[in-house]
Amino acid sequence: MIKAPIGIGKPAFWSVQNISYQAYRLKTRPELIIGVLALCFLSFVVLVPLLQIIQDAFTFQSYDLSYEPDGVVGSFTLFHIDRVFNQPISTALFYKPLLNSLKMGFAVTAIALVVGFSLAWLMVRTNVHFKGVFGAMLVFPYMMPSWVMAIAWLSLFKNDRIGGSEGLLTYLTGIQAPDWVAYGIFPIVITLALHYYAYAYLLISGALATVDSELEEAGATSGMGKWKRIRVITMPLLMPAIGSAIVLTFIRILGTFGTPALLGLPVRFFTFSTQIYASINARNQGDAFVLALVLIVLAISFIWINSRIIGVRKSYVTMTGKGFRKSESDLGKMRWPITILVILFLCMTVALPLILLLWESLTLIPGNYSISNLTTYFWNGKGNINLAYGEPGIIHNKGILEALFNSIKLGFAAALFNGVLGLLVGYAVVRGRGARLSKWLEAIAFAPYIFPSIALGAIYIGMFSTNIGPVPALYGTFTILVLITVIKNLPFTSRTGIAAILQIHQSLEEAARVQGIGWFRRMFRIIIPLSMSGLVAGMLLTFITAMRELSLIILLISPGNMVLTGLIFSYQEMDMSQHSSAVTLMLVLLIIVISVIVRLITRSAGVGRLNVT
Amino acid sequence: MGQILLNGIVKSYGKEVVVKNLDLTVETGEFLTILGPSGCGKTTTLRMIAGLEEPDQGMIKLDDKVVFSRNDGVVVPPEARHLGLIFQSYALWPHMTVAKNITLALKEQKISKSEIAQRLENALDMVQLTGYAERYPSELSGGQQQRVAVARLIALRPSILLMDEPLSNLDAKLRTEMRASLKRLHRDLGATTVYVTHDQIEALTLSDRIIIMNEGQIMQEGSPYDIYHHPANIFVAEFIGDPGINLFKGTISNGMLDCGAISISLPTTIANRGGNLIAGIRPEKIKVSETAKNGWQEVTTGILQPTGANTILEVKAEDIPITLLQTGFITLSEDTPLWIDFETDALSFFDTETQENLRNEVS
Repeated sequence: MIKAPIGIGKPAFWSVQNISYQAYRLKTRPELIIGVLALCFLSFVVLVPLLQIIQDAFTFQSYDLSYEPDGVVGSFTLFHIDRVFNQPISTALFYKPLLNSLKMGFAVTAIALVVGFSLAWLMVRTNVHFKGVFGAMLVFPYMMPSWVMAIAWLSLFKNDRIGGSEGLLTYLTGIQAPDWVAYGIFPIVITLALHYYAYAYLLISGALATVDSELEEAGATSGMGKWKRIRVITMPLLMPAIGSAIVLTFIRILGTFGTPALLGLPVRFFTFSTQIYASINARNQGDAFVLALVLIVLAISFIWINSRIIGVRKSYVTMTGKGFRKSESDLGKMRWPITILVILFLCMTVALPLILLLWESLTLIPGNYSISNLTTYFWNGKGNINLAYGEPGIIHNKGILEALFNSIKLGFAAALFNGVLGLLVGYAVVRGRGARLSKWLEAIAFAPYIFPSIALGAIYIGMFSTNIGPVPALYGTFTILVLITVIKNLPFTSRTGIAAILQIHQSLEEAARVQGIGWFRRMFRIIIPLSMSGLVAGMLLTFITAMRELSLIILLISPGNMVLTGLIFSYQEMDMSQHSSAVTLMLVLLIIVISVIVRLITRSAGVGRLNVT
Repeated sequence: MGQILLNGIVKSYGKEVVVKNLDLTVETGEFLTILGPSGCGKTTTLRMIAGLEEPDQGMIKLDDKVVFSRNDGVVVPPEARHLGLIFQSYALWPHMTVAKNITLALKEQKISKSEIAQRLENALDMVQLTGYAERYPSELSGGQQQRVAVARLIALRPSILLMDEPLSNLDAKLRTEMRASLKRLHRDLGATTVYVTHDQIEALTLSDRIIIMNEGQIMQEGSPYDIYHHPANIFVAEFIGDPGINLFKGTISNGMLDCGAISISLPTTIANRGGNLIAGIRPEKIKVSETAKNGWQEVTTGILQPTGANTILEVKAEDIPITLLQTGFITLSEDTPLWIDFETDALSFFDTETQENLRNEVS
């Protein structure tokens, strides 16, 4: 049989036939349409802002006129670069914050990793007592804003040198905590580490739980000792999880604002994030943009170095599902002492901060922690000109209630949009696998991961302070808060979306296709119901993150779009510690209550019990 | 109704061409099987007919209607091709009951409620699953799930049925049962069927016609009988038949094929060629005797594999291994001498270079 050579008879690219073919093709492949739309939208909200601040950083801005009156607005200049890197002011503006941020980042990451790893090992691989309760409590910090510990720390150690009231320590013992204990790098590292261990714990315990102990037993039968097995078999399998824990923690620390602001600013200890905030407030946006860019470069190079060292390979999937067993080693005599140690740790990280917040919120005169000084004024007081600038207690405070409403609205809106966007991105990426569009989309959806929160906020200030074509200036609106929260969470929700679509075998949708069922019906009858459990979990996570977020939105909030976290920060800045404590407590309770409700609803609806083949 | 025509289909993934210029016609009501090893392009071909993959080049017609043509710029999406497809994984929707699985597409077509109920009952009846309508797929056995997938197809009444290795997830016994019921289904519906498998037994038992594919090309096209008895080339000869065909490479001299320990007498047309060639004979076409016979070849017994009704014998003529298939449950100790003789009519001869069957060349 003579075969025609391949390649003959293909119409030219611009021919009518080819264009009609491509049009038909687009019509038959909804994932292409979704992919293109999502790519355009994400480019607009992720890449364009980035390019915009790069441009702003290198052009002369009107706010620079006060330094260089001869400058031409809009012309190319190295003015900002020079100011940040090469002037007497650079030490304070750039080098010190850089050093502080790095010190803070490495110290917190190291401590959080050690604590998280130890706890994960105890919980998964030993017979420590009360695992159920511990498991629930250990992830508790994840639900709290990272700076709750900082507020609690201040209640405990605040000294008289800065002004304002003193903390519990001074009240009880009369001893003034030294400055280095009350403020600066030491308390910042401690309080952040006691929050961020939860990330390392979650990631590592998840990975540990999927290491089949048969793998280790195989090592044992080939004559390896216990420590050798851990070193040669278990640790390499955990490396990807440890690697992502390190990257995640470090980047979050770089971008975190609340704690360094609360514990650092009183002693003029600046990190990158607080310096960006200060520069924006001082109307030196150019400086802030350069700093934000450096922060992004720092984050990217950290990811790169980390992946070179650890060599994260995706092929390290050890989940088998079959023949899966876990072995627990006996702690022996140390079982109770270690259990007690964990209880103490939980008291310190979970119970103590909340008790301190509650107590603080109930004191009438700040700094006096006696029973006689207790009051519920800051919860239900109607406003008294002699107390806290006349601010009424929570339930009568219009400002707080509005912020509360805004926070809940932000949480729900972000969760909803994130869910939809995550699903669509997941669908377009998975169904388009192998095509360039799919790769680009996956990459761009992941891009916000490398922007430390505060840097992304700075980028959004640069982009949305004026209108862009049909898009109005969004600065100061509620929309921009939703937008930035959705974008910041997109790396996680798109991962969830991709995972959710991946677990739905392609044939389930194809079966519907060949039976003549259209795209919308396929989405609503097949794809959405089957990916619901993963999506809801992802949306709940977005909700929690949105409710407790401060670093991301601190640069974007104004009285017009105030949320609870921003309000807490401003109360704290004004040294109104009872108000800030009360509102923080309310926020934490709210997050807990709503996540419990969502979990109950999804469980009773039977989501997650499906046997997806 | 139900003719399928493929013309000059080319499909590649990246640089790898998986279907190379394929021409194929399936007649109305025919049961055609595409058989080949994994990665030969058979499933891709089926999916291109269904519209789930797009060819790079070529044209596809269903019922005389063009559903894909690269040159004319026509692509009809799978939703509008109105055919039935059974997947290897059954593709039952796990969150819907059996009844919903079967009726979802019918509701889409705006068919009346009474008609839908009628079709559901009918379809469940045909696959003997009456009473299972409210079960979820996870509550059914593998065989039952398979039957639900079939029922879903029956209810839609397509004129073209496509099946992608529908039996490969079932255990051996169920597979034999389901084979019979798929054949019955084809007979009852009278639909044109394209069946993709790597299992030769399914291909031989079910098909009107078999296409053997390898590396994206058609190796042979023909009735099961032809394919088995007259393989077009060495690939088909080796692929079909279990235990596999015996192949002997040798040199032609004096009207015989000299393969070392054994020599095979050749028909004159082939003997005249001279040079080298490969002779093939199926294990059951070799006669066996326990006593010496004149002109028969002596061999020694090696491993025996009785399968119940038949026995597979591995024997050796000096150092040439030969596989025999005899009826009955044979027990012989190793190294027992046996005598064998080839049925001359059953021999195939292949060119050593082109690997093609010389029969095609001669006739």
